[in-house]
Amino acid sequence: MTTEPILSGRGLIKRFGKVTALDSCDFDLMPGEILAVIGDNGAGKSVMIKTLSGALQPDGGQVYVEGKPVNFQSPIDAREAGIETVYQTLAMSPALSIADNMFMGREIRKPGLVGQWFRKLDRPAMETFAREKLSELGLLTIQNINQAVETLSGGQRQGVAVARAAAFGSKVIILDEPTAALGVKESRKVLELILDVRSRGIPIILISHNMPHVFEVADRIHIHRLGRRLCVVDPKDYTMSDAVAFMTGAKEPPSEAVPA
Amino acid sequence: MPTDRNADNYESVLTGASKDVASFEGEEKGFVGRLQEMLHATPSLVPLIVLVAAIIIFGIALGSKFFSPFALTLILQQVQIVGVLAAAQSLVILTAGIDLSVGALAVLSSVIMGQFTFRYGIPPAVSVMLGLTIGTAIGAISGWLVSRVKLPPFIVTLGMWQILLAANYLYSRNETIRSQDIETEAAFLQLLGVKFQAGGATFTLGVLLMVGLVAALAYALRSTAWGRHVYAVGDDPEAAELAGVNVHRTLMSVYMLVGFICALTGWVMIGRFGSVSPAVSTGMMGNIQSITAVVIGGISLFGGRGSIVGAFFGALIVGVFELGLRMAGANPQWTWLLIGALIIGAVSLDQWIRKVSQ
Ligand SMILES: Nc1ncnc2c1ncn2[C@@H]1O[C@H](COP(=O)(O)OP(=O)(O)OP(=O)(O)O)[C@@H](O)[C@H]1O
Ligand SMILES: [Mg+2]
Repeated sequence: MTTEPILSGRGLIKRFGKVTALDSCDFDLMPGEILAVIGDNGAGKSVMIKTLSGALQPDGGQVYVEGKPVNFQSPIDAREAGIETVYQTLAMSPALSIADNMFMGREIRKPGLVGQWFRKLDRPAMETFAREKLSELGLLTIQNINQAVETLSGGQRQGVAVARAAAFGSKVIILDEPTAALGVKESRKVLELILDVRSRGIPIILISHNMPHVFEVADRIHIHRLGRRLCVVDPKDYTMSDAVAFMTGAKEPPSEAVPA
Repeated sequence: MPTDRNADNYESVLTGASKDVASFEGEEKGFVGRLQEMLHATPSLVPLIVLVAAIIIFGIALGSKFFSPFALTLILQQVQIVGVLAAAQSLVILTAGIDLSVGALAVLSSVIMGQFTFRYGIPPAVSVMLGLTIGTAIGAISGWLVSRVKLPPFIVTLGMWQILLAANYLYSRNETIRSQDIETEAAFLQLLGVKFQAGGATFTLGVLLMVGLVAALAYALRSTAWGRHVYAVGDDPEAAELAGVNVHRTLMSVYMLVGFICALTGWVMIGRFGSVSPAVSTGMMGNIQSITAVVIGGISLFGGRGSIVGAFFGALIVGVFELGLRMAGANPQWTWLLIGALIIGAVSLDQWIRKVSQ
């Protein structure tokens, strides 16, 4: 392939004491694609995307954005580079409202003096925007944009987190198990959203244990095993059973799918 | 196409799914449920109700002796030190911390303002400024230990409390600067004690400062991004960090602001007492008094919940009890017995209110 990956990692290493979560792991996300990442529990998927999103700093290896090496010191840095992440833990402040959470760290201030001198937040603008984004996701069961996130159901919370990432991601959107707690209808909405985001030209990393979903939307599948990329497969060439067999080590990956 | 996909195409029925917005009957929760939700949304409501009830009860029992502009504004003057300290304490507790050194820092700051003026001949206004700066710097040290070194706030401020209290005695050489001397030579130090009357009510600049400070902080916490970040950090620092909050900067700003407010309290103390003494009880008791006000005010010790206005009401409740029971001729121990009961009551209520989310 001649196109350059939009986000990539080479030889990423991350250790937690004796546990090696990332063992010289490589990663590539191509422009405009939906890349699914699958792997067993504890394979190191979440740790990998955290090193890509600045939430963790790798002990070794290098992250690249459009071929240029980057060293994100915090998620704020990655966000400024246009990389938006829905973490598995969702990263919500339970006592704060939906609107507050959606705009955490990028609040809108009132125009003019009030905003400049008194740093007053533009609540109406933030609320309108938040409501719009939630409606797009079909999360209409949320009645009050000012309700505290802790009063939402687990699935609704997940919906808010996905809406937040989709609304602000301009270069890459990373979703760590975005549909794990969602109902059938809500999962469908998230999948539609993922396809919609791709049609806007923004590539997506989707971590999921849901094989039908993965095989439905993914352009490529990154199979993660024991802290590293085992292989990358095209969902059109393999079945779900093949993928599960590679991921669990029941079957050797095909040599052509193993990256050099 | 893999063959084992969507064997039972369960999602196809979605086209027929209801597109209606879910609506819930608000009434189903009943009075208690709605009360719980209301308190969840407005946590300062409880202390306000207790405060108003206490004023009414003492007003009925003691008549105009208590229920007069003079007595009610006397309460404000008596709580100004604890009130300002409680504002500082609220900020720390909102970040899920606690500050045991607030009172000691206030006393040390008043000693610095006094001694700088009298020992080194620095103009009083400059001494005050230096006192405020040193207070902020000490807050920065605590903040750095909490945020960067990741020590528990309780431990950091327990140590800081002892250090500041000892430094306060060592530096002042245990000397008191007399009120008359300050009045004749450096009246600016007593500025916040300046009184003015308004129809029987007596206010001091210190009281105005306290009210202004609480109003300003309440605004900043509710209506600025910084305030939202303080709550988010107190709620769940890891989530806040992942969501794009600079947790370190937020914690540093809080501890520095707290140091500044404590130093401000030192200045308020000079206005209130007239003199500067290293031995005032605030050094030992200021932390417990401010934590009491904060807890009665409905701020959760787990962080991220409650309002600074509630803490102000908490300080006023203590003041109302103290003055009311004293006027009624009751043994002062009754005050502490009632305050103790209020603390336990407030925390129980906090637990109950939190259940809204479960
Ligand atoms: N903060 C941490 N401290 C210590 N160990 C950690 C930490 N985060 C992850 N690990 C370890 O790293 C390994 C990989 O974890 P990771 O969360 O990436 O798994 P995962 O592939 O996302 O699994 P799942 O599918 O269950 O989400 C695990 O062994 C885990 O225990
Ligand atoms: Mg994970």
